[in-house]
Amino acid sequence: MATATTAPGVPPTPAVPARTPFLAGTRGYVIRKISWSCGTLLFVLVFNFFLFRMLPGDPIGLYSRGRNMAPEQLIKLRAQLNRPIGTQFLEYLSNPFASTINSVRFNRPVWELVGERVWPTVLLVGTAILIASVAGVWLGIRSGWRRGGTFDRVTTGTTNTLYAMPEFWVGMVLLIALPFFPSGGISTPGVTGFLDTVLDTAWHMVLPVTALAIVYLAEYTSIMRASLVDELRQDYLQLARAKGLREDLVRRRHAVPNALLPTMTLIFLNLGFVIGGAITVETVYSWPGLGLLSYEALRGPDIPLLQAVFLLFSLGVVVFTLLADLLYAVLDPRVSTQ
Amino acid sequence: MTAATSARSITWARRRATAARFWHDFRSHNSALAGLAILVVFALVAIFAPLLADPEGLNVARATARSHQPPSAEYWLGTDQNGVSILTLLIHGTRVSLIVGLSATAIAIVIGTLVGIMAGFYGGWARSLLMGFTDWFLVIPFLPLAIVLATVLGASLVNIIIVIGVTSWPGTARLVCAQTLSVRSRPYMERAKALGAGDWHQMTRHVLPNVMPVVLAHVVLTVSIAILSETTLSFLGLGDPTEQSWGNILDSAFGTGAMSNGEWWFVLPPGICVVLVVLAFTLVGRAMEVVLNPRLKEGH
Repeated sequence: MATATTAPGVPPTPAVPARTPFLAGTRGYVIRKISWSCGTLLFVLVFNFFLFRMLPGDPIGLYSRGRNMAPEQLIKLRAQLNRPIGTQFLEYLSNPFASTINSVRFNRPVWELVGERVWPTVLLVGTAILIASVAGVWLGIRSGWRRGGTFDRVTTGTTNTLYAMPEFWVGMVLLIALPFFPSGGISTPGVTGFLDTVLDTAWHMVLPVTALAIVYLAEYTSIMRASLVDELRQDYLQLARAKGLREDLVRRRHAVPNALLPTMTLIFLNLGFVIGGAITVETVYSWPGLGLLSYEALRGPDIPLLQAVFLLFSLGVVVFTLLADLLYAVLDPRVSTQ
Repeated sequence: MTAATSARSITWARRRATAARFWHDFRSHNSALAGLAILVVFALVAIFAPLLADPEGLNVARATARSHQPPSAEYWLGTDQNGVSILTLLIHGTRVSLIVGLSATAIAIVIGTLVGIMAGFYGGWARSLLMGFTDWFLVIPFLPLAIVLATVLGASLVNIIIVIGVTSWPGTARLVCAQTLSVRSRPYMERAKALGAGDWHQMTRHVLPNVMPVVLAHVVLTVSIAILSETTLSFLGLGDPTEQSWGNILDSAFGTGAMSNGEWWFVLPPGICVVLVVLAFTLVGRAMEVVLNPRLKEGH
């Protein structure tokens, strides 16, 4: 982790041609990855800024629709938008989450709204990922090791089917099949006390977590199975068997640790996939997280809020991609020396 | 003249032989045949939709049935919030879902192939630039990006196709680029260059035909993802409100409280259709991958 902790201190380097000698080695790898992430971040910022300015129609009209606004206020807003686009862009770059940006629907700073909604999503998605990755890795190992066997065929068939299901549909079916669970929200009004609140929240989490975990499970099982199958062809397994190790030990000590490497980073890298699930499942269960917030933002449409949510999601994915790359270099030093 | 026709007939004979070999290998995958059968059924439903269910039945103003009715002899799958038969919606939804899936895939494949071939063929700076751009698109989370684009463009059938098309190409671009790189280093490319072939001729006559088989399997897999994306976007209310896709049906089921009333006939059928079609495309695509890419075959 030493390389990862020093990472934020490295300044963003301008585009350096890749594969030059002095950028080889671990340090070069870290620098390359960080500068690429910075480039991506800049791309997302530019994209986010210009996309919403390409919006057809009158942005002020959209902004003030259904709201009682004084004419002077509208004139002030219009004057802001009439400034040169370069000035506006620089101002936006200096602070994309500025406290002056208000949500249309909630009439509060977007930054505040987003901050409030992060934790329910982390709780929901984190629990689902934890359950799905443990179960998925186990299933992937079992089916990948005896590839083509009955267990593998059943698992692969089930994963393919689960993978074809929209997460929100799984959520809707669960609601109909199990009507005694709460149909939405994060808590029952009137519940107090620490233990009661925890139990109540857990009770509300059962269905949304199940819906998400079922779909993530399919993803993680197939990733783990694929990376284990890749390892099966390696010579070192043959060597381990030749040494006289039991099949069980060959799997546990040699194949699985190596197969876990790509699986772990892929779980990190698939955050974009995770976010997609969170948006729809939170909508079905009115779970007060970022996913529901994006749904509320697009239904308006509440452009400033939508912009903030999009930026936050992209930021999250870029940061997690960088972490995955750096983690991979720590776990498997071969990557950074290539 | 005779030389040209005979060269052409040789090519055609070779193509026929390849197709026959492909079909022979493909046929040995039972799951792929099942997938193909499902796809044929849905394609027939989509083509003959107006014959299977009167399009007039979609007209909300003419609906005579009560709303939210359970399945009955007259309405096999009950009615929706406007009193329209859900079976009719489902049949016509097949059309919309398949059209969106196929057209969006076509856009994604064209963009992806173009970017991938350019990047792989010219290499160097062009490749760094184009692949860097592709990686950016790969990193940006799909659903938020699609939501943002769909909101900006507005809800219509064409726009949803565009949105899914322009967000689904990076995978194809990477694949095509990798394939192009391997084709470019083969001796017959050098021969073509030595004979004076230009970039355009090399790309269209030598690179493209060799890249296509791998892309083909990828196309089928992309369709399944595009249909899932359409369902998700329509469920979020970003689909065309005047067209009935499976996602739109699920959206109205969600919006009118079908879950709390236990109306399984409103929620289950559209979802099952999505799962069947997506699964069928996945099975066919996976089998094609194995048949066309012998490297994968040795394991099975």
